[in-house]
Amino acid sequence: MSAPAIDVQRLTKRFGDFTAVDDVSFSVARGEVFGLLGPNGAGKSTTIRMLCGILGPTAGRGEVAGHDIVGEPEAVRARIGYMSQKFSLYLDLSVLENLEFYGGVYGLGRDRLGERIGWALEMAGLRERGDQLAAELPAGWRQRLALGCALLHEPEVVFLDEPTAGADPMSRRQFWEVIYELRGAGVTTLVSTHYMDEAERCDRLGFIFAGKLAALDRPDRLKQVREKGTLVEVECDRPAAAAAALQATAGFASARLHGAGIHVGLDEPAGAAAGVRSALEEAGFRVERAEVVGPTLEDVFVSLIEEMEASSGAAVR
Amino acid sequence: MNLRRAWAISEKELRYLLRDPRSLGVTLLLPVVLLALFGYAINFDVKHIPLAVYDPDASPESRDLAQALTRTEYFRAAGTIGAPAEADAVLARGEAKVVLVIPAGFGRDIAAGRPVRIQTLVNGSDSLTASVALGYLEGMLGDWARRRAGEALPRQTRGAAIDPKVRIWYNEDLSSVKFITPGLAVFILMLLAALLTSQTIVREREQGTMEGLVASPVTAKEVLLGKLLPYVAIALADVALVAAAGRLLFHIPLRGGPLLLLALLLLYLLAALGLGLLISATARTQQGAYLVAFIGTLLPTLLLTGFIFPVSSMPKVLQAIVQLHPSTHFMVIARAMTLKGAGLAALWPRAVALAALAAAVLGLTAARFRKTL
Repeated sequence: MSAPAIDVQRLTKRFGDFTAVDDVSFSVARGEVFGLLGPNGAGKSTTIRMLCGILGPTAGRGEVAGHDIVGEPEAVRARIGYMSQKFSLYLDLSVLENLEFYGGVYGLGRDRLGERIGWALEMAGLRERGDQLAAELPAGWRQRLALGCALLHEPEVVFLDEPTAGADPMSRRQFWEVIYELRGAGVTTLVSTHYMDEAERCDRLGFIFAGKLAALDRPDRLKQVREKGTLVEVECDRPAAAAAALQATAGFASARLHGAGIHVGLDEPAGAAAGVRSALEEAGFRVERAEVVGPTLEDVFVSLIEEMEASSGAAVR
Repeated sequence: MNLRRAWAISEKELRYLLRDPRSLGVTLLLPVVLLALFGYAINFDVKHIPLAVYDPDASPESRDLAQALTRTEYFRAAGTIGAPAEADAVLARGEAKVVLVIPAGFGRDIAAGRPVRIQTLVNGSDSLTASVALGYLEGMLGDWARRRAGEALPRQTRGAAIDPKVRIWYNEDLSSVKFITPGLAVFILMLLAALLTSQTIVREREQGTMEGLVASPVTAKEVLLGKLLPYVAIALADVALVAAAGRLLFHIPLRGGPLLLLALLLLYLLAALGLGLLISATARTQQGAYLVAFIGTLLPTLLLTGFIFPVSSMPKVLQAIVQLHPSTHFMVIARAMTLKGAGLAALWPRAVALAALAAAVLGLTAARFRKTL
């Protein structure tokens, strides 16, 4: 149990001049739920595809379930489950036929296949829909079917590439319940997402931006470490105009929209909230609430990106 | 090689095929329809050539000559003309393709045993018909003259002229249908097989299911085997239908051993299905794969592999290149086994070439497939 489930050292992937994954290193313990958070095109999928043995890395090395991803791809593939963004379902086949196909491709025997299909149907809530075509399933169900296909052979490590993209909140919640169940059974999960609430649910989180791993820690620690100033949350009328007005005011340049309100980062903790409130009221806005809050992951994420874009000089994206 | 995994692929392909019974029906029946259609349409036998006669002699001999020609199935009487100058008009209008000009005094000269000159005018713009017509004319005029001479002269004076007794083997009545149909079957099977498999890999890539396959432990060889099996079965069913149609509609004999033909047919099908798979593993879109499979098998098989134009009359370089096409070899095998009853003793070089091509195509596909994973 001591060896990590996933161990990545200086993994790099270049497509021509474009570096999709740039010198990324991290390791994931067995039974951990590890999240990769980042905007679209940041290199999350490329990283996962390299770890699943679909893409060969340009440089660096990786081990999954104790096997080298380049040297022993067959051993890796037998021990992992992979759910791609496109789900890899055969839409013209029924729910049962999809499960039977993936069971066969993973070499499951008849008895075990029957047992596992039963489990998958139960998990995905698809028991009544076994004969329905995958194409006819709503997005949330289709997603759980894809998860069932990826878990049929009881893999040690599961890779989920934006599994809940486009799903409704209820489906997403059910999906995470399955992930926690897997964790209880000692299964390691690596999941990529661009939803902040999902990132919060991970045991540990890697921020990935422009191919680089920008930060790596537990969600709560990430928020603490980034808390170098004071964050004021404001609720007021016309928030977009208010944010623009604040940005034009000296000292409040970091103001930005956050949900229905505004977040302003300040260096001085003393009187921060009152300062923001008076500045806005002077500009003619009606302020409902202005108070100091702890940063959310989104604040951390945005400030990280701003920092990286500033340090690299030119616009990265 | 894990057969359970390969079978999972086959089962999935079969389910896809059965999900769409209409396409499957078309796949099974189209070759028979094509065979019937082209078998009746493609016909190189030149018969019933319209022949006009200018006969100022109007003697029993001249009428006998004209009748001797038009009584056969090769020529039909297209009337008589009143002046040699009209020959141009009937040829130009297409009323006749051949005009026979019999000189005045023909009957008298024949009776007297004097040499006679006959003019035949042939429309050469259709060179195939013209050369066939010329051949017929020479033979039939010669026959007529010999018959006349035989009647007129005592036997011994006919001298030592060579009297060839020609016998045609294998296709005794020189029917072009018996030559065309086996080649047509070879052509149809190539087209069908390549089109069948041309979609199967590129579809997985387009629909994103390839990712799931690649991340699974299934190997490239297992995928290829799994994808070949169902299509081999379909292609064999088509072979049976095409063979039955050839037998019933065109009376094509099978003089060679059926088991040997089946074995060689399997090699040919593997090469053809493999070609479709190779196209599928290389193409980016299903439409692209379809187009390449269609044109890439249709044109060479139709024009270059000896279906219509003999390979031996092509430039040497082209002859060498077409040896790389499986149809070139199976064209020879199919004709030799149906009409000539040839066995492995005569055909083994073709069989070896076919096996080598099938192995090369499938090996190349496996390599290509692994890379794209």
